[in-house]
Amino acid sequence: MAYSEKVMDHFANPRNVGELPDANGVGEVGNPKCGDIMRMYLKIEDNKIVDVRFKTFGCGAAVATSSMATELIKGKSLDDALKLTNKAVMEALDGLPPVKVHCSVLAEQAIKAAISDYYRRKGIDPTPIVGVIPECDHEEGCSCSL
Amino acid sequence: MSRFVYADNAATTCVTPKVLEAMLPYLTEHYGNASSLYSVGRDAKTGLENAREKIASLLGAEPGEIFFTSGGSEADNWAIKGVAHEMAKKGKRHLITSRFEHHAVLHTFAALEKEGFETTYLEVHENGLVRPEELEAAIREDTALVSIMYANNEIGTIQPIDELAEICRKHGVLFHTDAVQAVGHVAIDVHKQQIDLLSVSGHKIHAQKGIGLLYVRKGVRLQNLIEGGAQERGRRAGTENIPAIVGLSAAMEEAYRDLDNKNAKISAMRDRLIREALRIPHSRLNGDPVKRLPGNINMCFEGIEGESLLLMLDMKGICASSGSACTSGSLDPSHVLLAIGLPHEVAHGSLRISLNELNTEEDVDYILEVLPQIVSRLRDMSPLWERIAAADKQNGSL
Repeated sequence: MAYSEKVMDHFANPRNVGELPDANGVGEVGNPKCGDIMRMYLKIEDNKIVDVRFKTFGCGAAVATSSMATELIKGKSLDDALKLTNKAVMEALDGLPPVKVHCSVLAEQAIKAAISDYYRRKGIDPTPIVGVIPECDHEEGCSCSL
Repeated sequence: MSRFVYADNAATTCVTPKVLEAMLPYLTEHYGNASSLYSVGRDAKTGLENAREKIASLLGAEPGEIFFTSGGSEADNWAIKGVAHEMAKKGKRHLITSRFEHHAVLHTFAALEKEGFETTYLEVHENGLVRPEELEAAIREDTALVSIMYANNEIGTIQPIDELAEICRKHGVLFHTDAVQAVGHVAIDVHKQQIDLLSVSGHKIHAQKGIGLLYVRKGVRLQNLIEGGAQERGRRAGTENIPAIVGLSAAMEEAYRDLDNKNAKISAMRDRLIREALRIPHSRLNGDPVKRLPGNINMCFEGIEGESLLLMLDMKGICASSGSACTSGSLDPSHVLLAIGLPHEVAHGSLRISLNELNTEEDVDYILEVLPQIVSRLRDMSPLWERIAAADKQNGSL
């Protein structure tokens, strides 16, 4: 399998990796059985993502998509961040091998999960705004893999 | 990049200068077809038969029992399908293997199941070893063949081949072993060990890729896999790949020269690497610590994923492999690691290092310098590790 130079760059030098102690939206997707977990920390002020961090357990593509996703949403409004698709993450990385497409899906879902958490903390039901994030049930066949 | 360390010798090896030197005349001078009558053909034929004799003597076989193939996968396919189809004529349609064979065996079994053959898969237990008594219990009246690998390709465990073969002989069942990982590292005497069929691959021991052989004990009947010309006594068609065969012979001769000393040196490196790497918290060795190939190290590091580990090792110039799902190209981690009872999340964090006589103590030093740093770097960014560390903290404070 060949990764693009951009994927390797984001894997070797991940942007925004770590935790954010004053995050007000935290979301986690994936599960250990499938071999990847992504957690996103967002600091949101006035509907804008002012800071972001991630932690990821997973393959090279999982780390790279997490890193790229954080770059793509930093400084963006929540509306814009919610519009980020896995395809956009892939394109920004100059593509992913077909078996790694699900990593970009996880990155998109991780952002949505963190934004949902932000709304929930504010007492707002996130479902009408963010939608439903599918849970991975490995036993039933990995739904995190598309 | 400060160093280059090739530590994936169970995947493949380089062709050594000695092997290449043996092969070259058969590419440029004695290039004739071994079936031809003229001198370049006769020279080639002589090279072929000398190689066959040399290899036979190294395996304790007769030259007439050695059949060259395109590699280990063909040898496995031929042995299993050839015997199964032959024995089916006598009404014997039951086959036995283990859960953690190479896919060349497992997928062949699956193909035969589709044809209606019945199969039994023996457990390999936590230590990665088949239990002879369980084999004996699995043998039925209609069992045609037992196929158990000599040494496992991922965790390097060496099966009790003598006992398994003896049980098969006692019950009149043919015994095949995929010895791709064992040949050249373990002394083998097929007649003394009562092995009926044995698969060998060249590229694991410094011959080129695309050459292997099947040993078939005299008197064992099996159907042909490759039909065509009368090469290999009419049992395996196709113009003989003589340069590769001569290379295989040279490689095996070299591998078995001074085997004990070589193995002592390699296993000392292996044991030091395992001992030191186990100092990394939440790490484990996979497979029996003693009954394993001299160069095989297979470990899991909890909280990290194998492909990331390999990519980071590669950035530091170290070539190794893993049984994680991401490296196997499927959703599940290695069937070998699952067969020895590892949970998925642990199996995802596996690392196989396979050393041979070309590795040095300095290679081991370098791996031991780099590996703990990489594991801790990946753990620092892993939410799974965070949970493991938190659980430790809680247990420690109780």
